[in-house]
Amino acid sequence: MAHVIFRHRDVENIKELDVYVANGGYEGLKKALSMTPEEVVNEIKAAGIRGRGGAGFPAGIKWSFMPKGDGQKYIVINNDESETGTFKDREILEENPHQVIEGALIAAYAVGADMVYCYWRGEYMDAAYAAEKAIKDAYAGGYLGKDILGSGFDCDYHNHFGAGAYICGEETALLNSLMGNLGQPWSKPPFPAQAGAYHKPTVVNNVETLANVPPVMVNGADWYANLGTDQSNGVKIVCMSGHVARPGNYEVEMGKVTYRELIYGDEYCQGMRDGKGFKALLPSGGSGPVVLPDALDGNVSFEGLNAYGSMMGSASVIVMDEDTDMVWAALKMTHFFKHESCGKCTPCREGTFWLEKTLHRIMEGHGTEDDINTLDRVAHSMQGKCLCALGEFAVSPVIGTLKHFREEYVSKVRQLEAVPAD
Amino acid sequence: MIAEKYAKEIESLFSRYPADQRKSAVLPLLHIAQQEYGYCSEEAMQEVASIIGCDPTHVRGIAGFYTLYYEEEVGKFVLEVCNDLACALRGADEFIEMAEGKLGIDLEGTTEDGMFTLKNVMCLGACDRAPMLQCNLKFHEHLDEEKFDQLIADYRAKAAAGDNEPTVVDKILIQTHH
Ligand SMILES: Cc1cc2nc3c(=O)[nH]c(=O)nc-3n(C[C@H](O)[C@H](O)[C@H](O)COP(=O)(O)O)c2cc1C
Ligand code: SF4
Ligand code: FES
Repeated sequence: MAHVIFRHRDVENIKELDVYVANGGYEGLKKALSMTPEEVVNEIKAAGIRGRGGAGFPAGIKWSFMPKGDGQKYIVINNDESETGTFKDREILEENPHQVIEGALIAAYAVGADMVYCYWRGEYMDAAYAAEKAIKDAYAGGYLGKDILGSGFDCDYHNHFGAGAYICGEETALLNSLMGNLGQPWSKPPFPAQAGAYHKPTVVNNVETLANVPPVMVNGADWYANLGTDQSNGVKIVCMSGHVARPGNYEVEMGKVTYRELIYGDEYCQGMRDGKGFKALLPSGGSGPVVLPDALDGNVSFEGLNAYGSMMGSASVIVMDEDTDMVWAALKMTHFFKHESCGKCTPCREGTFWLEKTLHRIMEGHGTEDDINTLDRVAHSMQGKCLCALGEFAVSPVIGTLKHFREEYVSKVRQLEAVPAD
Repeated sequence: MIAEKYAKEIESLFSRYPADQRKSAVLPLLHIAQQEYGYCSEEAMQEVASIIGCDPTHVRGIAGFYTLYYEEEVGKFVLEVCNDLACALRGADEFIEMAEGKLGIDLEGTTEDGMFTLKNVMCLGACDRAPMLQCNLKFHEHLDEEKFDQLIADYRAKAAAGDNEPTVVDKILIQTHH
């Protein structure tokens, strides 16, 4: 099947406006402009595009929450992409930028916005510098700015740079960061559709979500809804990293490819690195619970890992081989969450601190049986008490590895007990 | 003073945001100030506050929140190696040890000639190309010892020749399509 999102893998130089246009680019926008905004929203709803930023909320429904009528509204593209193991949005914006610009424009038209902000993590500044050409060309070509394609629809587009903070991927933290406030989440409501950027109605969508929009407009909602499964329509970009032979991004039809195929398939990762045995994988960076070899039969879709107690999330798959120390892996992930906790609420700020400290002690060989219980207790005491999902994600490495690899913890603390006291 | 040096560009920066929302430019302005002053010095943050017309305390709070703003002096080139989980599975921690040895510094240290600072950072979104680092926000991927030697040599040569690469300021202020 030809790529739907990663069209640069089929069409050379599709990042150039003329190549994009020669290959059907901006036809989706033209189609949208010939329809009423309501019709566009309904088309996206019928297609069932679910958010690709992790939570899977249907984009059409999100758009329909925007108030009708005039008044300032915004589209904000979430390109913070800072979850460990995620590197898909950068490739989309670097290699096929017009599809994202076009998707954002269709969203803007559908909800009545005339301004798009693309929030890039600051570390992607170099990629943005290259992608900037696409924006310039789109302005020059009449796809951005005033009276787009003679339709009377106006829309501007700006890049905005963060400065290194995973929490700024959370939509309300992102909006605070854009507004020049401290990049911390706020407690919803208000939802962005009610009061988002500059307290105006705002749609925040992931880069990949918006890249799905133009092909839906061109090929129709039915075509899209027929791809994938009942609950997961369309295609998904999967980021494969860790101990595989050929890490990288792969586009798959939802529900059609198992994690086993992704790791061992010839068109995907071509097996484990150095022919090692598989031990476990994190399907969603550090945020989703670790899964074991049985989950390899699960497929890539929003529901595909339900039976294995985990989730696809943004599909950042970190693969670990038989030699991986799972306590070490849990420490790495917990360190990430401790580093990235924004500090606004106590359970997350203090909890991640204690989890890391305790894991560290165990890794250094100074742990006791009691430390394992502490991990359990602290992790469970954080659950359900945090303002945003980061605090919930943060316990996942500890809870997941304790559940499946408790003996690795026990062996580390027993080692200490075996040392004779002096 | 960046206010004078980049007067026109800074004006265009503010024009991206609603007229009464000058605070929105705080992150780009801090990126620019950091480039000019070498790090987010008190002077740099004061200047950003005065350009925006806000309390310097606010700017200090913002600068402290984000990892890309350095609150202490750093070398001309800041090497930030990712050793988050996905990279660590592909040798990032060993890479850092090697880099420490070659540069003769520990993490967070700066070489005596003020040329390089070495840091470790969380995921940079290039996990499939580990080990990797960013140097002044430019990515260098698929690294090994040999490529690291080359990279250090290249940056030293660039510094000697007067570095003409696009700067952070160029990258932020490039938007001239209006
Ligand atoms: C801690 C945290 C980090 C997040 N990071 C990102 C991110 O980098 N990119 C993203 O699109 N969504 C991220 N999200 C999800 C956003 O809050 C939001 O759900 C998403 O941008 C909505 O877009 P979508 O519906 O198109 O997925 C994050 C959420 C949390 C709690
Ligand atoms: S849960 Fe953590 S990251 Fe989220 S608001 Fe609270 S302290 Fe900040
Ligand atoms: S873990 Fe290093 S770039 Fe993602």
